Amino acid sequence: MTLLYTEVEEELRASVRDLLADRCGFDAVLKRVESDTPYDMELWKTLGREIGVAGLLVPEEYGGAGASAREAAVVLEELGRAVAPVPFLTSAVLATKALLEVGEEDLIQELASGETTAALVVPLAASPYRPLRETVTVGEDGTLSGEVRGVAGADVADVLLVPVGSALYRVEAEHARIEVVPSLDLTRPVATVAFSGARGEVLGHFERRKVLAFGAGLLASEQLGVAEWCLETTLAYIKERHQFARPIGSFQAIKHRMADLWLDVVRARAAARNAADLLAAPSDHLAPSGASGAAGADAELAAAVAGSWCSEVALHVAEESVQLHGGIGMTWEHPVHLYLKRAKASEIALGAPGAHREAVAELADLPAPA
Amino acid sequence: MTGEDVASLAREFLAAHDPGDRLEFLRARFDAGLAWVHFPKGLGGLGAPRELQQVVERELAGTPQLDTGVQGIGLGMAAPTILAFGTEEQKKRFLRPLWTGEEIWCQLFSEPGAGSDLATLGTRAVRDGDEWVVDGQKVWTSGAHHARWAILVARTDPDVPKHRGMTYFVCDMHAPGVEVRPLRQITGEAEFNEVFLTGVRLGDDLRLGEIGDGWRVAQMTLMNERVAIGGAPVRRGGGMVGVVAETWRSRPELRTHDLHQRLLRLWVESEVTRLAGARLREQLSVGQPGPEGSGMKLSFASLNQALSGLDVELRGEEGLEYDDWSFRRSDSVDFFGRGAGYRYLRAKGNSIEGGTSEILRNIVAERVLGLPSEPRVDKDVPWKDLPR
Ligand SMILES: Cc1cc2nc3c(=O)[nH]c(=O)nc-3n(C[C@H](O)[C@H](O)[C@H](O)COP(=O)(O)OP(=O)(O)OC[C@H]3O[C@@H](n4cnc5c(N)ncnc54)[C@H](O)[C@@H]3O)c2cc1C
Repeated sequence: MTLLYTEVEEELRASVRDLLADRCGFDAVLKRVESDTPYDMELWKTLGREIGVAGLLVPEEYGGAGASAREAAVVLEELGRAVAPVPFLTSAVLATKALLEVGEEDLIQELASGETTAALVVPLAASPYRPLRETVTVGEDGTLSGEVRGVAGADVADVLLVPVGSALYRVEAEHARIEVVPSLDLTRPVATVAFSGARGEVLGHFERRKVLAFGAGLLASEQLGVAEWCLETTLAYIKERHQFARPIGSFQAIKHRMADLWLDVVRARAAARNAADLLAAPSDHLAPSGASGAAGADAELAAAVAGSWCSEVALHVAEESVQLHGGIGMTWEHPVHLYLKRAKASEIALGAPGAHREAVAELADLPAPA
Repeated sequence: MTGEDVASLAREFLAAHDPGDRLEFLRARFDAGLAWVHFPKGLGGLGAPRELQQVVERELAGTPQLDTGVQGIGLGMAAPTILAFGTEEQKKRFLRPLWTGEEIWCQLFSEPGAGSDLATLGTRAVRDGDEWVVDGQKVWTSGAHHARWAILVARTDPDVPKHRGMTYFVCDMHAPGVEVRPLRQITGEAEFNEVFLTGVRLGDDLRLGEIGDGWRVAQMTLMNERVAIGGAPVRRGGGMVGVVAETWRSRPELRTHDLHQRLLRLWVESEVTRLAGARLREQLSVGQPGPEGSGMKLSFASLNQALSGLDVELRGEEGLEYDDWSFRRSDSVDFFGRGAGYRYLRAKGNSIEGGTSEILRNIVAERVLGLPSEPRVDKDVPWKDLPR
């Protein structure tokens, strides 16, 4: 195991970063989030076709790259740095992981190719550690009815994966009503997904805790990317911006805050890398709710630690970034607001920091008062 | 050299030496190059990558170990400095007994008028033939009462700006004119001392590095100090958080919801700090610690303080008691030992010793992040003309 990046990972990072620099600059992203097609599906197809990111987690025999959580984490760092509006987390991580757990073989090949996009129909704010609210039911004729709010990536999905009870259903997106709602996070808006008698096919057992904790552990890397962008951008700004005939970055009140932010980000990187590394273990990486092997529990603890730390750090750095930019940080024209919105929304996503800490209480044997 | 090579060397060594005789065993371990594998051959090492040390430690677990509580300054600060700046004779003379613990070291840096601003120090060393005559006062000198040798920075040229006029020495703590007086600490005991240096004569062969180059040599010591304090590998859930978690687990009647929330936050922070330390060590496995090490020391200090404070609070009534206020000289430095009250008070020093947390933030901001320094009034002024 290593907490550093391998050469292959650095190459992957470089190609994603190059493509994003070309296609996903701030002006382009801002224009897009103001339009009614906030996701950039052209960019998503290119990422899939040229770099193969859609099938990173899919084994080679199903047409994927046969890579692991470590590589997916590197892609997420880059997507976070660019607040790129593409459904990588929702399709290539969450939906793909759910299918891998089920042992599905056909759809997974389509996802790996990048031609088909899927979404897991759970609220983005769903916690890995609590049962989902049962808002969708199966009728006597086997069709699905009900609605799920706050779902990310559903509006650009071709296929929906819908947990009902402990089962995972496949529903074609055209059989659902998907309504994007005005969302706090402009670059990852959420939608209400409604079914009324939609035809669904049971794929197998939905491993909620495993899938969502895997997602939370990897989301930490996206949050790291957000935090890094905010730190670097702020650092560059306070070196340039002069007040009182000095760069504002020469005032100790600001320097000390920057030192603390840097230290938070250094530790976020270690936490995110550790989670990615332990989640990359070949099989059974997460304990099926409750008991399992030591390796599974280690990975789950690492995901909970990264989930709580990186959520708070990304948000804190984004908030400080706004403050240290002064008036310009409060504007629509400056990119930092997109990062703040992403950071605040992803703080809640896949378990709020406190939910992850409750999991730590269980996994690290620090029981709550009776 | 691979981990396997080092492991088999360690196993052969263990087969050939009796761990029953502690000192002989440690001496032989040094001579076998298994003291610090990244040091050169002949000086306790194998010229191997630093991270292979853990292989040795694994193989030799259960054999006599060093007393890091008293040897900390020697191992963590003096040794890397001697290795980097010492002559061949100095390395041969000092490193072996330093490592085995036959000779204890202390650090004569801080003075009453020079703490954070170490470069203002005024202890004078004046050349007299082959010798230097040292006069001045040092303070907060941990473990001076155990020490055979000290690392010492003194002013050799008062006429140039402060950073340029210093020279680094090894000070003989048994030399005439060295007087060590205990200073009682907030914990009750005296771990540190004042050290008065009056006409102390040191041979020129005790000088470390060039005349006037003392600041550069001292930087090497300070960088290593920040890694030495708080940079040591810990296991998950170990260190101060382990001490508190132990109380938490064994005393369910003390638990409250508020304490639980705070403990969980600190547990997570301890864990990410531990991981960052491990990651830093991976990066450093070759090469010297850089200013990034300052970050680890900062976190170590704030975590120790928060956790030890939580421990006292958690214990409630029992937290009102204290194990022992008697004024005595400490045997060793131990952040995690004794009672909760002692640990709480001792941890207050963690954000002062080895560079205060404010100074470490300056270092991170300037040397890691490249932020400009505050305007300075002391840079180009000869030391003797500085206001004090
Ligand atoms: C337990 C303990 C053991 C020690 N052991 C040793 C030892 O063995 N050998 C040795 O040489 N020294 C030792 N020290 C001394 C230690 O290195 C100094 O105390 C430390 O460097 C601070 O110096 P000072 O005490 O003079 O405080 P000052 O430098 O006077 O600092 C007072 C306050 O002002 C702040 N401050 C100072 N300058 C700035 C600045 N530029 N910006 C912002 N804030 C600033 C400091 O952070 C601090 O809060 C020890 C100290 C302790 C507490």
